[in-house]
Amino acid sequence: MAMAIKLSLLLLVLSCSLIPTFSLFEDQVGFMDWHQRYIGKVKDAVFHTQKAGRKRVVVSTEENVIASLDLRRGEIFWRHVLGATDVIDKIDIALGKYVITLSSEGSILRAWNLPDGQMVWESFLSGSKSSKALLTIPANLKVDLDSPIFVYGGTCLYAISSIDGEILWKKDFINEGMDVHQLILSEGSNVIHAVGVSDSSEFNTYEIDVKNGGVLKHVRKPFPGGIYGDILSISSDKFVALDATRSTVLLISITDGQINLQQTHVSDLIHGVSLNPIILPSKLSGIFSLTTDTFIAFIKVTHEGKLNVMEKVDKTVVVSDALALSEGEQAFALVQHGDSKIHLSVRLVHDMSSNHLKETVKMDHERGFVHKIFINNYVRTDRSHGFRALIVMEDHSLLLLQQGEIVWSRDDGLASVIDVTTSELPLEKVGVSVAKVEDSLFEWLKGHMLKLKGTLMLATPDEIAIIQKIKLQSSEKSKMTRDHNGFRRLLIVLTKSRKLFALHSGDGHIVWSTLLQSLRQSTECPNPTALKLHPWQIPHHHALDKNPSVLVVGRCGLSLSSPSTLSIVDAYTGKEARNAGPGHSTVQVIPLPFSDSSEQQLHLLIDDGNRAHLYPRSREAVEIFQRESQNVYWYDVEAEVGILRGYGVKRRCDGDEYCFEARNLWSVVFPSESEKIISTVSRKGNEVVHTQAKVIAEEDVMYKYISKNILFVATVSPKASGPIGSATPDESLLVVHLVDTITGRILHRMSHLGSQGPVHAVLSENWVVYHYFNLRAHRYEMSVIEIYDQSRAENKDVLKLIVGKHNLTTPVSSYSRPEVSTKSQSYFFTHSVKAISVTSTAKGITSKHLLIGTIADQVLALDKRFVDPRRSLNPTQAEKEEGLLPLTDTLPIIPQSYVTHAFKVEGLRGIETIPAKLESTTLVFAYGVDLFFTRLAPSRTYDSLTEDFNYALLLLTIVALVVAIFVTWVLSERKDLQEKWR
Amino acid sequence: MKFPKSLILLLLFTLLIVSNSSFQSDELLVDDEEFGLEGGRSPDIDVTVSSPPVISLPHSPPQPTRKRSVDSESDSRVQFALEHAFEDSDEFSAAGTFTARLKTSAHGGQILTKLRFSRNDLTATEKEKFKQLLESDDFYRIRLPSNVLNPSGKEYVISSVKARCLPKGSLDEHIIIHMEGVNILAVNYGSLGGCQYPRQLSLPSKWSFNSHTVLKYSELAPRTPSFSEDIVGGVETGVGNEEGVKPLEERSFWAKYWMYLIPLGLVVMNAVTQAMNLPEEQAAGGGGGGGAPTPQAVGAAPRGQSAAVRRR
Repeated sequence: MAMAIKLSLLLLVLSCSLIPTFSLFEDQVGFMDWHQRYIGKVKDAVFHTQKAGRKRVVVSTEENVIASLDLRRGEIFWRHVLGATDVIDKIDIALGKYVITLSSEGSILRAWNLPDGQMVWESFLSGSKSSKALLTIPANLKVDLDSPIFVYGGTCLYAISSIDGEILWKKDFINEGMDVHQLILSEGSNVIHAVGVSDSSEFNTYEIDVKNGGVLKHVRKPFPGGIYGDILSISSDKFVALDATRSTVLLISITDGQINLQQTHVSDLIHGVSLNPIILPSKLSGIFSLTTDTFIAFIKVTHEGKLNVMEKVDKTVVVSDALALSEGEQAFALVQHGDSKIHLSVRLVHDMSSNHLKETVKMDHERGFVHKIFINNYVRTDRSHGFRALIVMEDHSLLLLQQGEIVWSRDDGLASVIDVTTSELPLEKVGVSVAKVEDSLFEWLKGHMLKLKGTLMLATPDEIAIIQKIKLQSSEKSKMTRDHNGFRRLLIVLTKSRKLFALHSGDGHIVWSTLLQSLRQSTECPNPTALKLHPWQIPHHHALDKNPSVLVVGRCGLSLSSPSTLSIVDAYTGKEARNAGPGHSTVQVIPLPFSDSSEQQLHLLIDDGNRAHLYPRSREAVEIFQRESQNVYWYDVEAEVGILRGYGVKRRCDGDEYCFEARNLWSVVFPSESEKIISTVSRKGNEVVHTQAKVIAEEDVMYKYISKNILFVATVSPKASGPIGSATPDESLLVVHLVDTITGRILHRMSHLGSQGPVHAVLSENWVVYHYFNLRAHRYEMSVIEIYDQSRAENKDVLKLIVGKHNLTTPVSSYSRPEVSTKSQSYFFTHSVKAISVTSTAKGITSKHLLIGTIADQVLALDKRFVDPRRSLNPTQAEKEEGLLPLTDTLPIIPQSYVTHAFKVEGLRGIETIPAKLESTTLVFAYGVDLFFTRLAPSRTYDSLTEDFNYALLLLTIVALVVAIFVTWVLSERKDLQEKWR
Repeated sequence: MKFPKSLILLLLFTLLIVSNSSFQSDELLVDDEEFGLEGGRSPDIDVTVSSPPVISLPHSPPQPTRKRSVDSESDSRVQFALEHAFEDSDEFSAAGTFTARLKTSAHGGQILTKLRFSRNDLTATEKEKFKQLLESDDFYRIRLPSNVLNPSGKEYVISSVKARCLPKGSLDEHIIIHMEGVNILAVNYGSLGGCQYPRQLSLPSKWSFNSHTVLKYSELAPRTPSFSEDIVGGVETGVGNEEGVKPLEERSFWAKYWMYLIPLGLVVMNAVTQAMNLPEEQAAGGGGGGGAPTPQAVGAAPRGQSAAVRRR
């Protein structure tokens, strides 16, 4: 009995040690991982500098982030990432201590505490239908000891208490059919003006009592044709708008409760032809700005209602909102882009003729044009007005300008990563100077002495700090050369800002960044978007003198049929080596497993007419392709209609030798009334599988069905394609398919009753793991399907293998009927999932871990053995030896196995794994609004010593042993001699 | 006469049971005939048809013909065509006909059963085209309508194979049709066995197709029963307890009325022994006559049970 207990205890200990965890010690944080925090492209900014203390700017961004930044250094004080659907409409500061955000089309109002970012209150405003969102926070209006906030959203006007977010009153405009364009609160009065346009093109103003929401006065005036865009207020009683034909400027003035309309032709106003006039929404008192295709005109509205053009500036000029100065005058800023410089000028509204301030700032060419500017004033030491400007550039970066210099800058383009690839660093140059070696030798010795002290616990706290610093700043880490273990890489990321960044994997610093010329906005390419990033040239054997390069595919416009652009960028320098302007459209980019003599990878770009365009465009590439064209297949997924189609190469297009026509070889049609495609996942192209055989218990072998051409398709019943809870368990059905993409064969098809998406899946080797929601159990589930090849199952006889009677070396054809068997199992999983990925190593020997991006924006590593379909309730002794875990219904979440440990990768979108040269190690790059990089060893670093291994101690021990051997040898010799003399 | 009386009683009793069971087995026989092994509920249905004896149909665009079955109202016959193409063009021509029985299940879902396939003979031009495919190592393509009830207009599911994979003496083809209700999701077309790469050119000795057809429906995802049972019922129900869940009507005659049958049996036995005791000579004959039907009665009860189970 005691024996049995001992044995089970031993087993427990063993099984605990078998599950490797990545838990690291506190001092190891930042040793091989880095984390960068971003906010995204700034949409709106509010300065908070009145009080003494920390000067800050509160910004809202296109990534739905609300953040408070330090105005001195640009660091983030606090930050909140709202959900992907919770778009921030307006921000402002109330009571001098709350940041107010209005989001989701004016339906959610939140207040955040300014110093620490804690949420103070939150109000849900349920409007009747979607409309504009407006937010007005009166500076010093008191209603019953409360300062109300006025919000317009969902066709309702609300007054909300700024203290606790309670709705004081509500006025619905749905019956009036009016869309409010402006909320104006004149200074010192108790009336709020709501100005808007009704459906029947009537201009309306409502005077509303701020105390109870009662309508005091309602004036309206019809005008024919309606208006284009928004009404802009010039002052409390004057408004301007463009009419629907965009040929006339309407000046609306209210005098003694009467509305007067005054029409002025745009052509009269600005003399000459002007295309597409738009009134800019910048708030300047008494002045409005009108842009056309070529210039911006500032137009002053006089008291008598006359329009005077004050100045015309170039179209590229960016104008800020007006800023109230202390003496009741207003200032605004203009930014003009020069050659690698920008010119910032601040003007006073009442005196447009001269610049109050003019500064020229040198600007990096790679930042592009200025997109937005926000200004703020401060009092200089000589009591005059100084201005600082926050500018948002084309590459989404944020800069603070003051006194003609860039005080700080943030590369917030990195908050919107689209695609990631990696590149090797250059080889280390041979021939290092002697002095450097001696110097480093001394440093090396000193470092090791310190480390030795540290390990022997003799070091003082100061020395421990130095050790830590050496560890963190080890120059090894951020060197710009290739290392033996392959830990140092260039991470090349393509962002939504159409800028390409190269990050060093050691510490995450930006090595270079390029604003892609092929994706700049132009008349040829009006709406460029970046699409895909692929490695283009990887010099390994032949063209070693060449630098590696990457291919960036972009598209001009939003539809699939719009023309696409290509550029090839040098991975070491970031120079755009070649680019091809808008040509054919691109729906799919297929890297082929062939490369030409200069090691350029062959790529097929499929256009919307199903023609394949071959790149690089060279005769050699065509020759290689034609040799292999019989074996080139591709597929496309038409998710809207539920059809998968497979294609092969048919023949050359007419007139273009790099273009090939496709023929449809197979199709799978999912019936639209019962199945809807929600997710498709294929295997990663560069994945390496070490062995096809899997040794299982009882010395048996199973052969994995390994094919690069497996596609996982998940479909749900159309009713269940909405969010969770929109369908009952009886009407929702999740069906998963494994499809061979060469022949269109369905290898396996399986349905989960009462389950629905969203489905996140990962396909690797011969298995697929997917995550979905089980409506019956009210829980998330993860299922695994493993697929095994039965046709090779007979190859178990060793004698047969020796004699050569086996089919292991015969080439596999997809046209053979596959004899496969599948195993599957489902487990409950507590979290919902944002992304799912799997570790990949250089040779594929190391066991795999699933990397799961959880809803809390962390990355969890889950051993693949937990999602093994062969787990059983009572594993036999042999199965236990194999490492099979007993079956549980839920997958365990071990807190130590969060690879992101204390960090959060806000807005997590993807997890990329890159194999290092060292087999045990894989590099993990997680991206979202934040970036996180770390190194993982799923089975521990079995093939190398840890970096902090004490070589000096080893050396010392060896020396000591050698000395001890000599001493004992001498002693024993002497004793022998004495023995003999006796 | 006491003996004939008891004999009649016994006979009546056995007749009652036998007639009951024979009535059920009769219905089962009809069942067997209609939905035999091929048309059962098993997800895979294998049909092997050798093509030559089938009369070739005219090459007209296939029309769905649905005949009402005489036996059952819920069944009807469905026909849909297999079409093939030899060239790259999208010109498909009829190559064979699938005939199946459309079965409406209790939940309103429809499935196909008893799939039969008749392959048309290759015409001379088709043979010539096929030879060309073999020589150029090109694709032989087939297609089926995605909806078997109205094949016109809607999408087709297409499958193709390198023509050189097919010839093995005669032309061996293996068709797997993946179904979802009455919709064809996909068709997998290929040779019966493997297809070696590189593909060698070999002409078939017999220009006829040897077809194997499999109909496949989606299977349910497995889940370890103990856990899933826990969630649904909240009660631990093992495999053995499944019998207990069944409704009462499923129990056999014997299981239901054993408490009445045993006393009845005792009474009968008693009557028999009494009858034996009275006339000494007749006792041996009466005992033999009375003993024989009893096991028959006991034996009949399980037969009735099995009939009831099978009928379900």
